[in-house]
Amino acid sequence: MARAVVTVPPRAKRGEIIEIRTLVGHRMETGFRHDNLGRSIARDILTQFVCTYNGTEICRAELFPAISANPLFTFTTIAVESGTLEFKWTGDNNFVLNETASITVE
Amino acid sequence: MIASVVLLLVAGFLPASSGAEMAPEDRRSGYEFMSAQTRAMQDDEAANPATLWLLDGEALWIRKDGRADVSCAHCHGDAATTMKGVAARYPSFDPKLERPLDLEQRINACRTDAQQAAPFAFESRELLALTTYIARQSRGLLIQINVDARLQPFLDRGRNAFERRQGQLNISCAQCHDQYWGRKLAGNPIPQAHPTGYPLYRLEWQSVGSLQRRLRNCLAGVRAAPYPFGAPELVELELYLMWRARGMKIETPAVRP
Repeated sequence: MARAVVTVPPRAKRGEIIEIRTLVGHRMETGFRHDNLGRSIARDILTQFVCTYNGTEICRAELFPAISANPLFTFTTIAVESGTLEFKWTGDNNFVLNETASITVE
Repeated sequence: MIASVVLLLVAGFLPASSGAEMAPEDRRSGYEFMSAQTRAMQDDEAANPATLWLLDGEALWIRKDGRADVSCAHCHGDAATTMKGVAARYPSFDPKLERPLDLEQRINACRTDAQQAAPFAFESRELLALTTYIARQSRGLLIQINVDARLQPFLDRGRNAFERRQGQLNISCAQCHDQYWGRKLAGNPIPQAHPTGYPLYRLEWQSVGSLQRRLRNCLAGVRAAPYPFGAPELVELELYLMWRARGMKIETPAVRP
């Protein structure tokens, strides 16, 4: 049940600084752990997060094994025009998750 | 070495329990022992990782399942109204089985009886999601366990388990949570053990978990053999703890360190 929760203000004034929050469900298995029989547990993490605003990249993050499960990102941008924010998480084992949110700028 | 000797001496000389009930005004939710950052994470659903389970639970509520091919919503309708207050009165006595069931067991009983589906495994993603979703409908309501003559013996056994010394450390739940709450165990504050926010997201677990998981952790912590999930002993302890927390607000889904 791959899932993300994205919080974007539905409307904003032009030039206003807006806060964007993304919470994504992922176990972020480090690859450094072993099970109760001593077998290594394969790494399974998110490796990249990208957010675009009407096609322009506004945030990019690389993720590593030390990051907790279910990573939360909070970042800001300037509301320049109405449109769509696209969020994309990619990771090990061909993990891809896309989410979109729209914003109206007045 | 010195620390463990001190712990043994302390555990050896103190009575297993004072036996006195904590006054209602002295009771504190685990929330009050947390840092401002962890509180903020619990209060904001956009930052609370348990929201992921909550949304899964909402999807499961309307998903048809089992040989009967019906969803929870088919019988129970809108959870926001029908499930409001339910979590605040569990564990609750089941007349058919003649013993109390906790919320997880109640959901599984409904799955096997009404939906004719296989029960969810304890601590499975599905069971935690559905339990979180149902308990969320009681957020802010007061815990109210109605103890009648049928439930009384189970409550008494739960209280006995809480006050009984156990494990290789030979200490009781009450010694930590009634006598030493607010002090530190290793670097962490000892809370009063009021289960107001279950199922909850524990940062240590990196996941949502049930009260039974927490109880099994505590049992392992005092070097006692934990009861298996679903054991009557755990349900009795859950019942006692919820009764002990009566009148406190449900916080589900809570976040704890």
